[in-house]
Amino acid sequence: MLAKGQPVSVSPPRNPDEVFSILDEDGNVRKGVRAPEVPDEACLKLYRGLLQVRLVDDRYMKLQRQGRLGFYMQSTGEEATHFGGAYALRDSDWVFPSYREPGLAFWRGYSLTDFTNQLFGNCEDPVKGRQMPVHHSARWLNFVSISSPVGTQIPQAVGMAMAARISKKDDVALVYFGEGATSTGQFHVGMNFAGVFKAPCIFFCRNNGWAISTSREKQTASKSFAVKALAYGMPGVLVDGNDLLAIIAVMEDAVKRARAGEGPTLVEALTYRRGGHSSSDDPNAYRDPTEVAAWEAQDPIERWRRYLVKRNLWSQELHDRYAQEITDEMMAALKHAESLGPPPVESMFDDVFAELPPHLAEQKAECLAGPRPKSGHGGH
Amino acid sequence: MPVYNIIQAVNDALRLEMKRDPRVVVLGEDVGKFGGVFRATSGLYDEFGPDRVMDTPLAESGIIGTAIGMALYGLKPVPEIQFADFIYPAYDQIVNELAKFRYRSGGQYPTPVVIRTPYGGGIRGGHYHSQSPEAYFVHTPGLKVVIPSNPYDAKGLLLSAIRGEDPVIFMEPKRVYRAAKGEVPEDDYTIPIGQAKIVREGSQVTLLCYGAMVHTCMEAAEKAAAEGFDPEIIDLRTLLPLDTETVLQSVRKTGRVVIAHEAPRTCGYGAELAAMIAERALLSLEAPIARVTGFDTPFPYTLENEYLPSPDRVAQAIKQTATY
Ligand SMILES: Cc1ncc(C[n+]2csc(CCOP(=O)(O)OP(=O)(O)O)c2C)c(N)n1
Ligand SMILES: [Mg+2]
Repeated sequence: MLAKGQPVSVSPPRNPDEVFSILDEDGNVRKGVRAPEVPDEACLKLYRGLLQVRLVDDRYMKLQRQGRLGFYMQSTGEEATHFGGAYALRDSDWVFPSYREPGLAFWRGYSLTDFTNQLFGNCEDPVKGRQMPVHHSARWLNFVSISSPVGTQIPQAVGMAMAARISKKDDVALVYFGEGATSTGQFHVGMNFAGVFKAPCIFFCRNNGWAISTSREKQTASKSFAVKALAYGMPGVLVDGNDLLAIIAVMEDAVKRARAGEGPTLVEALTYRRGGHSSSDDPNAYRDPTEVAAWEAQDPIERWRRYLVKRNLWSQELHDRYAQEITDEMMAALKHAESLGPPPVESMFDDVFAELPPHLAEQKAECLAGPRPKSGHGGH
Repeated sequence: MPVYNIIQAVNDALRLEMKRDPRVVVLGEDVGKFGGVFRATSGLYDEFGPDRVMDTPLAESGIIGTAIGMALYGLKPVPEIQFADFIYPAYDQIVNELAKFRYRSGGQYPTPVVIRTPYGGGIRGGHYHSQSPEAYFVHTPGLKVVIPSNPYDAKGLLLSAIRGEDPVIFMEPKRVYRAAKGEVPEDDYTIPIGQAKIVREGSQVTLLCYGAMVHTCMEAAEKAAAEGFDPEIIDLRTLLPLDTETVLQSVRKTGRVVIAHEAPRTCGYGAELAAMIAERALLSLEAPIARVTGFDTPFPYTLENEYLPSPDRVAQAIKQTATY
């Protein structure tokens, strides 16, 4: 049965070293905890989203292994963090993602076609073949261009949030990053500015335990990442990152306060990076595989499924239908993406500036006059 | 003599120097137990322990800032920046601190830190795993800039860099990290910093290059040679201090110059080379100096082969310059 009631309040600050969770491993709402109200339809849409990320990751990782895709990054086991954040926002809010939250883009309406074209860097790639796979950008969804340099998006999100306040709008910023990013100067600078300017910004730290081969213990000597909020004068919440309902509760509260002018929040979602850092990584070289098995038992999608079962929303038929729809859509997107050629060579000189300056016009002519590589396509 | 690739040669140099000199320490992201994302520090953690091979938190400013502090106290840090593209958070520490410490303290505080970092494109890495930022560092007084093109030079130059008294930016050409193989003596040897090397003798055109571009230029030279051209190729090896003598001697002989680098053209290292040659050997020149470089755009992903100077582009420049 769905537990009714108001979202849990994180203000006044909870103990940032204690993990907040709503669902137990069987998908029951824990005793004495009030769960947020998520309508049936949304529950199912969230389930479909979680499933989509899982299926897409599995398929595209295989594709990379077959040499059909240059590079890929999966987020297996962290899917709930994408949707818990995305769910609490409205469309006019902005998100500043890192490279490991495809669900955030999907939830806001990013199509599998755009997603796949970006991976292939082809002539329909929304970012025109400029960036490596998984570095999406979708301005029409207020999903800001992903950058590889870790942490750079953090102060930018704060700036956007400040701009919203200055413009007397009540839009908020949601910025995602890994726990590794909390070691950068960008994180501390961003947190400090947000505190000082009371920026309507939610800092979402996906603590997945690893930054490539560097374990969480080597990033910080503090007990949690959430506790870092206190030094910047904002609440910090540590939430079970595999418990979608708990993330939704925490996020709804943080967004509500941000919108009401009550300032920023740091959310640490405790989860685990079950796969390698990227398709270039072999995690067995530095970590014990039994650690992975323990987290597999905590699967966020399975927990959400069990919760839906308790709410009489889930059925095998429904699951199969979703899986089939997603697979069909993915295969169509893939077929389309693989059939397309690269962006035109001359497009390399676009978007450096608003208009092509004379020196680039010269270089463009020089480039087109050749000699040029035989296969114009970078090849995959 | 063992045959090594560049990664193995770097690894060998680090191990050798860490054994020889207890002041040498390595630090950076993932350099410890894992041995670095390119495995250049592989095995060092097990051999020398966590005090001398440190996995750091993810913060380049911290890596270089603490390396400076260690050097001030008398250690010889060899930090690794995982990709040259991620060196910018440490830019302030490098450019305002590391480069100027000796000078601003009136010679009291030398900071012999050797920053190793893989650079360059051709690995399908897009903007942020492909850049060639050498010019920023050459432009900063107080930094030496070294870029080897092959395993033998990598070991000898790295040993010189670590044994020197000055900060060095040691940029490793990641595109040929594994592809460039060669015999590397097991024992100790050094290659002096500031010495270029003629890697192909020729009479007609002087081709100046460094790092991964040396391989592109060798290929270009083969193509041009097949059509009867005879370029001379100089692997600069050290960008600062530059071996002007070797360059000028060749230019006086050939009277023609082609410069190749991956970095964008405007204010790239080629601009400095061209200016130096114009200042000192203008009257020997029989053709305009030609530059084959990356374009003045950010480094693209899909079109990287269009962006990077190819053997064909270099060969064309050789032929045009030779027949000018
Ligand atoms: C400034 C910077 N330094 C180094 C890197 C190389 N790098 C890419 S991802 C990564 C680890 C990031 O870990 P974390 O922030 O925990 O995110 P996760 O990958 O776990 O999602 C590193 C070191 C980078 N991209 N940017
Ligand atoms: Mg992480």
